[in-house]
Amino acid sequence: MEFTTAPAPHFAPDNKVSLVMLQVLLALVPAILCYVWFFGIGILVNIIIASATAVACEALMLKLRARPLEPFLKDYSAIVTAWLLAFALPPLFPWYLTVLGTAFAIVFVKHLYGGLGYNPFNPAMAGYVLLLVSFPQDMTQWLTPNVLVDAADHLTIGQQLTTIFSGSLPATANVDAVTMATPLDMVKTGLGQNQIMMEIHQNPVFGDIGGRGWEWVGNFIFLGGVFLIYRGVIRWHIPVTVLLGLGATAFLFYMFDAGSHATPAFHIFGGGSMLCAFFIATDPVTAATSNKGRLVYGFGIGVLIYVIRTWGSNPDGVAYAVLLMNMTVPLIDYYVRPRTYGHGLD
Amino acid sequence: MTDPAFQDQEEQVTPKIGKFRGGLVLPEHKDLSTGRPIKIMPLSKRYILPITQHSGQPAVAEVKVGDQVLKGQVIARTHGFVGSILHAPTSGKISAIEPHPVAHPSGLPATCIVLEADGDDEPIKSYKLEDWRHSEPLVVRNYLQEMGVVGLGGAVFPTHIKLTPAADIVVEKLILNGAECEPYISCDDMLMREYAEQIISGAHIAMHILGTNKCALVLEDNKPDAIAALEKAIADNGREDIEIHAMPSRYPEGGERQLIQALTGKEVPTGGLPVDLGFIVQNVGTMAAVHNAVVNGEPLVSRIVTVTGKGITHPGNVEVRLGTLFSEVMEFCGGYTDSVERLIMGGPMMGFALPSDNVPVIKRTNCILVAAKEEVPVKDDPMPCIRCGECAQVCPASLLPQQLYWYARSQDFNRTKDYHIFNCIECGCCDLVCPSHIPLTSYFRFAKSELWIKERERDVAESAKQRFEAREKRVEKQKATLDEKRKKKRESIREKPGSEEAKSEIAAAVERAAKKRKDVGPDQT
Repeated sequence: MEFTTAPAPHFAPDNKVSLVMLQVLLALVPAILCYVWFFGIGILVNIIIASATAVACEALMLKLRARPLEPFLKDYSAIVTAWLLAFALPPLFPWYLTVLGTAFAIVFVKHLYGGLGYNPFNPAMAGYVLLLVSFPQDMTQWLTPNVLVDAADHLTIGQQLTTIFSGSLPATANVDAVTMATPLDMVKTGLGQNQIMMEIHQNPVFGDIGGRGWEWVGNFIFLGGVFLIYRGVIRWHIPVTVLLGLGATAFLFYMFDAGSHATPAFHIFGGGSMLCAFFIATDPVTAATSNKGRLVYGFGIGVLIYVIRTWGSNPDGVAYAVLLMNMTVPLIDYYVRPRTYGHGLD
Repeated sequence: MTDPAFQDQEEQVTPKIGKFRGGLVLPEHKDLSTGRPIKIMPLSKRYILPITQHSGQPAVAEVKVGDQVLKGQVIARTHGFVGSILHAPTSGKISAIEPHPVAHPSGLPATCIVLEADGDDEPIKSYKLEDWRHSEPLVVRNYLQEMGVVGLGGAVFPTHIKLTPAADIVVEKLILNGAECEPYISCDDMLMREYAEQIISGAHIAMHILGTNKCALVLEDNKPDAIAALEKAIADNGREDIEIHAMPSRYPEGGERQLIQALTGKEVPTGGLPVDLGFIVQNVGTMAAVHNAVVNGEPLVSRIVTVTGKGITHPGNVEVRLGTLFSEVMEFCGGYTDSVERLIMGGPMMGFALPSDNVPVIKRTNCILVAAKEEVPVKDDPMPCIRCGECAQVCPASLLPQQLYWYARSQDFNRTKDYHIFNCIECGCCDLVCPSHIPLTSYFRFAKSELWIKERERDVAESAKQRFEAREKRVEKQKATLDEKRKKKRESIREKPGSEEAKSEIAAAVERAAKKRKDVGPDQT
């Protein structure tokens, strides 16, 4: 009797790229809901705009590159990029800038470098940096957490939508009540004015460890990250070393002069640290690929976040830190390798 | 085989004893074939025997077409060091020596001896080595060579050679490999359950040859019946020098290097052999064959084969004579089911698919997996590598398959060597965890064979260069001798001008020159 043949192994793999990406999206959901609780529905609108743009750009580029549409649209990687970028943008960010950032991420950063698996730079972070350097004003329009705003001043859903689609807050809104600098920004400005940390901390925007609201979003991102590690979607190496690199550097300076440096916990729970550690730096395509290499890569990002936050011109440094470490990946991968079985024995 | 229940293990950078690095817990599917005792397949009418069934130098036929042979008679032999001997599985007549399809990954036919059984199954007169305890180890070893015993775990390396380490090496311990880690395969498990005494006896013979009194039998803890049978056999035997180690079941525990790492925590140096650490690893089936050869005087003419999968009506373990066609084994096991899809020799992880069942059982055939449609994976087109590194987490050799893939794909083979591709044991774990469904192991096999071809080409080029240089030297030397001769002659003439000798030399030279001119003709002068 005749049979068809195929190479070994004759077992089916039990994982899929789409499954990996879907789990990343799922892990983001609790943090997004928490974000909505504290800052309104803006982030949901951003996510929808970014996702639609990402899918459209992905389809367009696949078509132009003569690649099959279905398998690549169904891998959900473009959606992950869209969600991460949307998460990093201010909640009431003008819609056309969200479109611009997402389109840049997918068309230039992802597809012009070869598409899924081939891009050296994190698309979401490159899109973020494009917006940050081109539209710095819009990128600093952050909202006050709802808990700090009088009930009367809360923005209605209509007002939020109007802001996103018109590009500016409606005249009816109490601008001073609903917008404010982020805690990271306040630390930076405060220290610049020679205030000490104790004074800066008097501001009600600071919570127990990070900023009010922000720290809760961070907690849910942490939970999502733990879920991903539990599911084996990501490994512990990058998240732990990002937070360790950031925390250890912060600790060093905090010990040296507590008055003019924020606590390590503030750095870890503030800004984009958590999102970076669990969802952005862990993008496998642009990260170092071996376990040992990932330790170096993650630690580097952690240190760079601190450096940029402290001495750079922007309040947060996550995007730059990630992109800078992306550049070092070929080097790390070449020099940091595991010891092969039977090699290097005494 | 679409069971999604396997899970990868936490990485072990420095493995504790009892563990090896990487690997996977796979669905076992062993109970398909362990329900019934080992059956013995009745005599067939015809046996097809590939003449080389061991790894090493090829054998040549020792019989001619038309020869009458007895069961156990030598029919093929290697004239070289790394070789083995093949015996007739029954008595009968040699009807042909010709190429026949065989179970080999290359798919190429091999020279086979065709034996028409006469039905008498008359054995050749053999002598037993019952008194092996008082025989020189070398005598016992040579006896194993005569009996054609090879490693039955899959490598079919001649056992007598493996039991002969270099003179300056002290063998500390014999390790018996009963860790049958590939899913579906159960021939060693069943053998340990039913022939534990023979295995223990064979181990004692091997220990005698090696001059060691330490032996560890390693198997997986999912074989409680085998453990009980072995413990009983050891107790009955009275010699309590074989320890049993039951390890957690994890693939590829049965790999020689993984087994040693799990048992001792040590790694076999790359390019070296287990014996460099003082260990000799032998499969349990080989030990039973050693016992049969030495104590019963039976050469290796049959083996236990697991016939399993949902594509066969009555799966189980069968003792089959070498040379029996797969198709006959299938018939004996009740024939194919309607959903049969793929025929695999070996297990689902490392076995290879055969295009036809018209191939004979050989010494290497540990398992015939007859996979049904639902057991065969539907492999969709691979997606690009997203460098998630899951392959590296499960690699038992601590390689970086994602990097190897990158370089193999771009045909940068020297770089794959730099990333230690030759340490890849082709276990297939990386394929199974790849979310992009990239056939990684196939890429690595390809890269290895390309490197081998290059190496051979380099060898050929190197020897051509050496030949050329030798010729240059030779020509130069000849020229030098000739010049020397001429110079001497000239000098002798110059020294004695006018002498008889000189005159005759000159006359001869003139004559030679004239003859040359005449031969060439006027046109060409």
